[in-house]
Amino acid sequence: MRLAVMGVGAVGSAVAKLAGQYGHEVVGIADSTGATLGDPLDVEEALARKQEEGVVGESPHEELLAADYDVLVEATTTTLGDAEPGFSNAVAALSRDRHVVLANKGPVAERYADLTAAVEESAGELRFEATVGGAIPAVRTVEDLGPGRVDRVRGVLNGTANFVLTRMAAEGLGYDHVLAEAQELGVAEADPSFDVDGTDAALKGVIVANVLREARGEDALSLSDAEVNGIEDLPTSALSLAGEDGRTVRLIVDASPSGVRVGPRLVPENGTLAVTGTQNIVQIETGHAGRLNLSGRGAGGAETASAVLADVGRLDPC
Amino acid sequence: MSRPDGVTTHTLRLELVDEPGELAAALDPIAENGGNLLSVFHERGSRTPGGRIPVEVAVDCPAGKFDDIVDGLRDRGVTVVAADEEFYGEAFRVLLTGHLVDTDLSGTLREIENESSVSVEELSLTAPDGVEAISSAYLRLGARSGERGAALDRVRDIADEKGLTVVEPLEVGE
Repeated sequence: MRLAVMGVGAVGSAVAKLAGQYGHEVVGIADSTGATLGDPLDVEEALARKQEEGVVGESPHEELLAADYDVLVEATTTTLGDAEPGFSNAVAALSRDRHVVLANKGPVAERYADLTAAVEESAGELRFEATVGGAIPAVRTVEDLGPGRVDRVRGVLNGTANFVLTRMAAEGLGYDHVLAEAQELGVAEADPSFDVDGTDAALKGVIVANVLREARGEDALSLSDAEVNGIEDLPTSALSLAGEDGRTVRLIVDASPSGVRVGPRLVPENGTLAVTGTQNIVQIETGHAGRLNLSGRGAGGAETASAVLADVGRLDPC
Repeated sequence: MSRPDGVTTHTLRLELVDEPGELAAALDPIAENGGNLLSVFHERGSRTPGGRIPVEVAVDCPAGKFDDIVDGLRDRGVTVVAADEEFYGEAFRVLLTGHLVDTDLSGTLREIENESSVSVEELSLTAPDGVEAISSAYLRLGARSGERGAALDRVRDIADEKGLTVVEPLEVGE
């Protein structure tokens, strides 16, 4: 398959780097300022230029969107509201009957209905495994079970928040202290607001809920429909009290066809959902198959790229 | 379990304060309501996080009298954690954080208990930075399994009014 990669962050560059190992070619990559194309592209050289000069190339984005590729990998930064530029990039590829694989949560969380309308008009397909739970095959598993037979999906879907809660409970350290430590370790971003205020987890919950709702003929949700609470106000003393009773607190996403709730919840300390550190877990409740638990790495360039490339592998060349 | 003579066997899980006479006092309502005590399992070393002693009791009683026994125990101030399979207190815990003391903690608890189906069974409070700073309370609330959702909604409303943060149990009734 021939890939065009929009976005050269941790995920986009990992996709470009690993594509060859999966038997694919990269025909171009683009960052926020410009694109570079090749047939195939010398990925090493382009990423080296990004490293040295801060840009991959000067070609306009339109040139890459119009290039000869089978799959557009959309890995630009997740944005809320209009979900741009990710949304328009995806639509541009679909309108040319090309496949789109999203790592960007914005288009499927904020504009699911618009996006599926574009998919219906296209011979191309849309996949977005990488948007939920990084390396964990959450969307695929829900699809395999049949979204109409999945009653509910719960889980821990933000590694940064989970790391902070784990450290606070284990070491009795304060929120600010642990967050600063997480930033030093590269676990938390410079601006971790979306991670700790529940937004990132809620976007993932909305994406899952949209899949469950679509199967039931219900309208898509967006972030504004979710009930979201974060962990910023949680004192260490609260975690200690819970610990005395064999419980701890996790930022839990609860997505069902009826809606999405995200917030800190009391869970048994040694229970399935109390994953530690940056681990994520997805718990799927079904009518016939009971409860399934999938845990693993919910973030990281190579981990998320593996989900993108797994999606690519499920598509047929255009 | 029901037998031809209309007598049924039930199990009760109680939690008692560790004081002389508590066990005897807890068993009175059983006889008073026509129950026949079959066994008392009292594990001395085992304690709840709040320092109470769990006791399991098996009783025979005429069909239909079991609810009276449970009510009689509760009237006597005995904590009934579970009656047969129906758990009253188990798994219904909430954390409250914020300015708990400044916003009248006892008033908050009273408001929660004003819901007739809810009782505050245990409370742990910690205010490491003093009572005027952010503090945390861990509550164990008793409510019949079918009424926990409503009880939790009530706790949420009260917390909202007072600007407190609620950490809910993962699933009420689980």
